[in-house]
Amino acid sequence: MSHSAKRNLKGNICKALVYGSAILTVAILVGILGYIFVRGLPHISWQLLSTKPSIIRNTVGILPNILNTLYMIVLTLLIALPLGVGAAIYLTEYATSKRFIAIVEFTTETLAGIPSIIYGLVGMLVFVQVLGLGVSLLSGSLTLVIMILPTIIRTTQESLKTVPAGYREGALGLGATKWYMIRTIILPSCLSGIITGCILAVGRIVGESAALLFTAGSATVIASNIIDAYSRGGGTLSVALYIYASERGEFEVAFAIAAILLILVFLINMATRFAQKSLNGKEQVK
Amino acid sequence: MKLKQRIEQIMNLVFFVCGMVSIAAVALITVYMVWAGLPAILKIGPVDFLLGTVWKSTASEPEFGILPFIMTSVWGMFGALLLGVPVGVFTAVFLSKLAPPKVAAAVRPAVELLAGIPSVVYGLIGMIVLVPAVMDIFGLKSGSCLLSAILVLTIMVLPNIISVSETALRAVPKEYEEASLGLGATWIETVFKVSIPAAKSGIVAGIVLGAGRAVGEAMAVMMVAGNVANMPGLFKSVRFLTTAVASEMSYAADGSLQKQALFSIGLVLFVFIMFINWALHAFLKRGEDR
Repeated sequence: MSHSAKRNLKGNICKALVYGSAILTVAILVGILGYIFVRGLPHISWQLLSTKPSIIRNTVGILPNILNTLYMIVLTLLIALPLGVGAAIYLTEYATSKRFIAIVEFTTETLAGIPSIIYGLVGMLVFVQVLGLGVSLLSGSLTLVIMILPTIIRTTQESLKTVPAGYREGALGLGATKWYMIRTIILPSCLSGIITGCILAVGRIVGESAALLFTAGSATVIASNIIDAYSRGGGTLSVALYIYASERGEFEVAFAIAAILLILVFLINMATRFAQKSLNGKEQVK
Repeated sequence: MKLKQRIEQIMNLVFFVCGMVSIAAVALITVYMVWAGLPAILKIGPVDFLLGTVWKSTASEPEFGILPFIMTSVWGMFGALLLGVPVGVFTAVFLSKLAPPKVAAAVRPAVELLAGIPSVVYGLIGMIVLVPAVMDIFGLKSGSCLLSAILVLTIMVLPNIISVSETALRAVPKEYEEASLGLGATWIETVFKVSIPAAKSGIVAGIVLGAGRAVGEAMAVMMVAGNVANMPGLFKSVRFLTTAVASEMSYAADGSLQKQALFSIGLVLFVFIMFINWALHAFLKRGEDR
């Protein structure tokens, strides 16, 4: 074989590997989506969505799990959002020590790398046992707060960095105090970054199971009021999927929940893209 | 004026406290993992605990050896990387260097979607599709084995490897590639001999990130690995460090040596992950410095 023919062959083999891998990746995704939707969508019914499980009628409903997921998202974001945005503001606007910033960024990175089962263990020790909150949505939420902090800190920080220095100098030059400047200039201009962080965090909360199994449990009771809801244990949709699939063998319900989760993930991804696009659009205007 | 200054000081403090939260969280997690995990290790003996090959936590004469879990996690990690790295890196090459912009714009969201799928959904698919398939193809009694877990983990680490590698490949300076093309190399040769080596540390960071995810994953592997404390074998039912914790935690009695030992397994897992994190940090830093 001539040298150039060999070269051609090598190039083609590499190309085949690259194209083959890309096709395989897409095929895996399409296969998963297709399979879940085909097996799951037919089992989504109004009765499934709007009732709680009943032994007497022998029916399964996931309304409690839907409510628990919503409760979990609301409380977790309510706590994590101010903390995360505050941390990002401190890092970009206040902190002067490079060393301190590096330490905070390193710990944030570390938090992002800790697997959810470890969060589950620590949440169980600290919130459930030491602080005596019991297996409850509150314990689950507090555990998730630590888990999603890195996401919110990072996205807020990224968007704070895109706020032009001129904005800050202009405001301070006109005699605004630092807090006034942050409140009226900085926060509004990094809003889309904060929203992106929120959406990503919601995605993680919706998909989480290992950290919640030991902190919030898997109960399926509908609480009568807000305080009752947070002081009681309850399973989110992902936890319910695990319980129905592994412990009860109710695969129809499991696939229905999986289909709902995939639809949610899809919506969350679209929303993230939309938020990021509006962020980039604004940057170009500047 | 006084009030304004007071508010300034208070807000300064508030933001400082927020800044401290992640440091406090890491400190809290580290302290509690050590505090909860160390007693059982000392009671059982570090050598017996880490190198013991028999785990019988509920027997009348219990034995707590976690070498099977450690080895399974290591095998699972390397297995997933062995399969996931080539596919992931080549897909990243496709997205950053070879795909027409329109195709890349369609494939990239697909990869993001893959990253967003909850691990229990992967577990469910593994349980219903993969486990029976592995059983049929290899003629096993049960398909719940290390191989099934590795296949599920492979799919789960793919998006991590792809997105980090793609970012690294995109950051390769145009001049490197142009110089190579100018010397008469074809585009595909340039990509493989210039772009990939130049993006090496970023690609390695992606692989390390994938390794972290593979070691830390609990629910998906719990649904497909069979959950028996065997020393690892490709077709044997196995337990990972993560699933060893998760599977007995719900019924271990408070204060029992069994429960303490579960926390010790958590501590071992934590040490593994911290090591991987540190490696990741080092590789990312090296990528940035260049």
